[in-house]
Amino acid sequence: MAQDDTNVIDQPEVMTPRMVTIEIAGKKVDVPEGITVVKAMWYAGMDVVRGVGCLGGFCGACATYYRTKDDPKVRTCLACQMAVQDGMSFTMMPSFPARKATYEIQKLKDPKQDLFNLYPEAPLCRNCNACTEACPQKIDVREGVWKAVFGDFKSVSEMFMDCVMCGMCTPVCIADIAPNLVALYVSRAQGAHFSEKPVGLDTRIKEIQDGQYNEEWDKVLKMSEKELAEHCATVK
Amino acid sequence: MDIHALQQIVHKTRDARRQQTLSKFSPAERDQLIHKYHPDFRASAYRPIRFGPNEGDKTVVELATLLEGDSSIQDHTDLTAHYTCDVLVIGGGGAGCAAALHAHGAGAKTILATKLRLGDSNSVMAQGGMQISVAPEDSPVTHFIDTLKGGHMQNDHALLKVMVEDGPSIAKWLLELGVLFDRQADGNLHVKKGGGSSKPRLLTCSDYTGLEIMRVLKDEVINQKIQLLEFAAAIELLSGEAGNCTGAIFKDLDNQRHVVVAAKCVILATGGIGRLHIQGFPTSNHYGATGDGLCLSYRMGAKLDHIDTFQYHPSGAVYPEQLIGQLVTEGIRSEGGQLVNAKGERFVNELDTRDVVSSSIIRECEEGRGIRTMSGRVGVWLDTPLLDVEHGPGTVEKHFPAMMLQFERFGIDISKDPVLIYPTLHYQNGGVKIDTNSETNVKNLFVAGEASGGLHGRNRLMGNSLLDLMVYGKRSGLTAAGRVGSMKQGQLTLKHLQRFRADAKKHGNVSGVISPMILPAYTRKVS
Ligand SMILES: Cc1cc2nc3c(=O)[nH]c(=O)nc-3n(C[C@H](O)[C@H](O)[C@H](O)COP(=O)(O)OP(=O)(O)OC[C@H]3O[C@@H](n4cnc5c(N)ncnc54)[C@H](O)[C@@H]3O)c2cc1C
Ligand code: SF4
Ligand code: SF4
Ligand code: FES
Repeated sequence: MAQDDTNVIDQPEVMTPRMVTIEIAGKKVDVPEGITVVKAMWYAGMDVVRGVGCLGGFCGACATYYRTKDDPKVRTCLACQMAVQDGMSFTMMPSFPARKATYEIQKLKDPKQDLFNLYPEAPLCRNCNACTEACPQKIDVREGVWKAVFGDFKSVSEMFMDCVMCGMCTPVCIADIAPNLVALYVSRAQGAHFSEKPVGLDTRIKEIQDGQYNEEWDKVLKMSEKELAEHCATVK
Repeated sequence: MDIHALQQIVHKTRDARRQQTLSKFSPAERDQLIHKYHPDFRASAYRPIRFGPNEGDKTVVELATLLEGDSSIQDHTDLTAHYTCDVLVIGGGGAGCAAALHAHGAGAKTILATKLRLGDSNSVMAQGGMQISVAPEDSPVTHFIDTLKGGHMQNDHALLKVMVEDGPSIAKWLLELGVLFDRQADGNLHVKKGGGSSKPRLLTCSDYTGLEIMRVLKDEVINQKIQLLEFAAAIELLSGEAGNCTGAIFKDLDNQRHVVVAAKCVILATGGIGRLHIQGFPTSNHYGATGDGLCLSYRMGAKLDHIDTFQYHPSGAVYPEQLIGQLVTEGIRSEGGQLVNAKGERFVNELDTRDVVSSSIIRECEEGRGIRTMSGRVGVWLDTPLLDVEHGPGTVEKHFPAMMLQFERFGIDISKDPVLIYPTLHYQNGGVKIDTNSETNVKNLFVAGEASGGLHGRNRLMGNSLLDLMVYGKRSGLTAAGRVGSMKQGQLTLKHLQRFRADAKKHGNVSGVISPMILPAYTRKVS
């Protein structure tokens, strides 16, 4: 490979990794600064099975509580998306026994009213805002709970599109609400009951059922390899 | 140099680049480029498989070693079933959930067993979208043609036709379950144009398409009270008298015990291979993408297809270190994001197929026009701020909230600064050979999703995987459920394993490893 020293990004942290001391579930260990919280556990020789899923910030398996040096505030993060720093202490959140209501989404008669049967605790929110503070995806969770209760399902479905279902908003709730599960129900109801039916889609399904493409299929599937390649080249 | 100083060339050349149109390469140029630079053509990374259904076929060394690997199950293992069901689905990603829901819906007693939690998978990470021909100017036939072109004409026609034709009804099913696909003002589904496609065809849920689909499917699996076994890793399949599949043995990852499940039909939906880090590549895949399904099926005697070809997604993050290998969604390029080398030049039509774009990035880097990091990596710029310039401020934030957040966590604002990217190991183009009902050549063994092969040819078109999962998840579930009513549970034996071991012995027990891998060994061994 041609060497060109002008196009190299400065990364002093890579050249001479600084070791930092962190605490994993109360145990002090030294790890290179800046690696992710999950990698810090691997570095410390721990096997991680529960607590890792996608490694990409999407599945919420790695919900973690952490605190930085001298700061009393306990924060939350996704361990696969957070870099360690000196003096940090963290512990992974164990699985939390939140109650999920079960329902037949398509058979709901009045989804906005049904919310109160499925999740009777939802309107009991005491506005403490702990859920919002706990959310690593920066969703205004408290606002979402209220919007759900007031029947603004559309807003809830938009607000919670970023929700990775990590469940960190749940153990903090003093009203025993599982905001993410409420939002999931609301979003599904929004999609299944309150969204427009896309006319074009039904048309396409009918076209296929009616065999409208059969002739074209016959033509394409009968082509020799060479004819097919030539035909493909004409589709741009 | 400071990264911001290096980024200046991208800012400086932006206006000039905006005026520029780059045509796609001719078929001959594409071929030449791919043969020279695509990792699939690095001969030294390949070797023939020494025995089994694909004896003599070449694949990457990492996979060949696992395919020839031995089982952790011993001959005398107790095979008394802990659970019995009609349909056993292995894998809790998109294909597994779709299969379980359809099998259950058709009345079969269904168990879904998965290695991590339900939904911890590649499926949850899909951002770019799902290809379905719903636009008036589009058609299933055009979808078929585009996919063939992307797959270098090597796709299985029958599998592909089924997928494109079933597509629209899959969209309807997902909408009815409450999936929130993006809409146009008139209520119709919004479609984006994906790399290698002639028509806009990508259905999206913001840049959380996989997450949204998986949230809904997982919720539905739970609502339907389908029996779940989580943290259960399949380590061996079971065979009946006639070599048909009759169940599986799992390892419970919480207590390391064996769990035996007897089933009339088994659907393997175990996903891809990214965590094998083929040729040392970083990967976009989830923790459990270790090709387990390939090893399990291979020992049962199932034939594999196209297992010499893998997809290296053009845009894996190279900087910061913490995000290495993670995907920078193709959606950015679909909306006009340009690839720029260290000299500030474009070098490929960004919407060409993945293999072409990846090969061209590798070429730029090998010829010294890349940007290097001190950890020894190299990459080119993806001009993300261009989207805000083209489509108005706030575009990146509005259309790519997941991307924004991911980089923001490390102090990088991708709407202001370009990101450094290099191809990352992303997808297994081939897999276990199946028919249009998703069944393998082993009776009652179905494979669905990324673990299966044939449909995508030698290069999967972006957005076709999510559709593949749903279509073949459904087909496998329905076919299996339709069959079990008239079936008796077969015997649980390890005859296939005895045969496999005899074969291995003849070839000198070549590989010496135990497979499947289950999870990659990332834990540092401190001696
Ligand atoms: C970052 C990323 C972005 C992507 N974006 C898109 C996109 O925009 N559009 C698109 O169409 N495709 C996309 N893809 C590809 C697509 O998401 C995958 O191909 C697809 O999700 C695979 O689905 P699956 O159900 O076959 O496997 P997965 O979703 O990976 O699920 C496999 C499941 O099987 C489990 N499993 C594995 N081994 C075992 C075992 N031994 N025992 C029990 N369980 C096991 C796993 O834990 C997992 O739950 C993307 C992929 C990635 C990684
Ligand atoms: S809303 Fe709750 S479950 Fe969703 S991401 Fe935020 S904290 Fe996690
Ligand atoms: S934590 Fe519970 S009570 Fe507090 S604001 Fe959130 S939902 Fe309301
Ligand atoms: S492992 Fe999935 S979000 Fe961290």
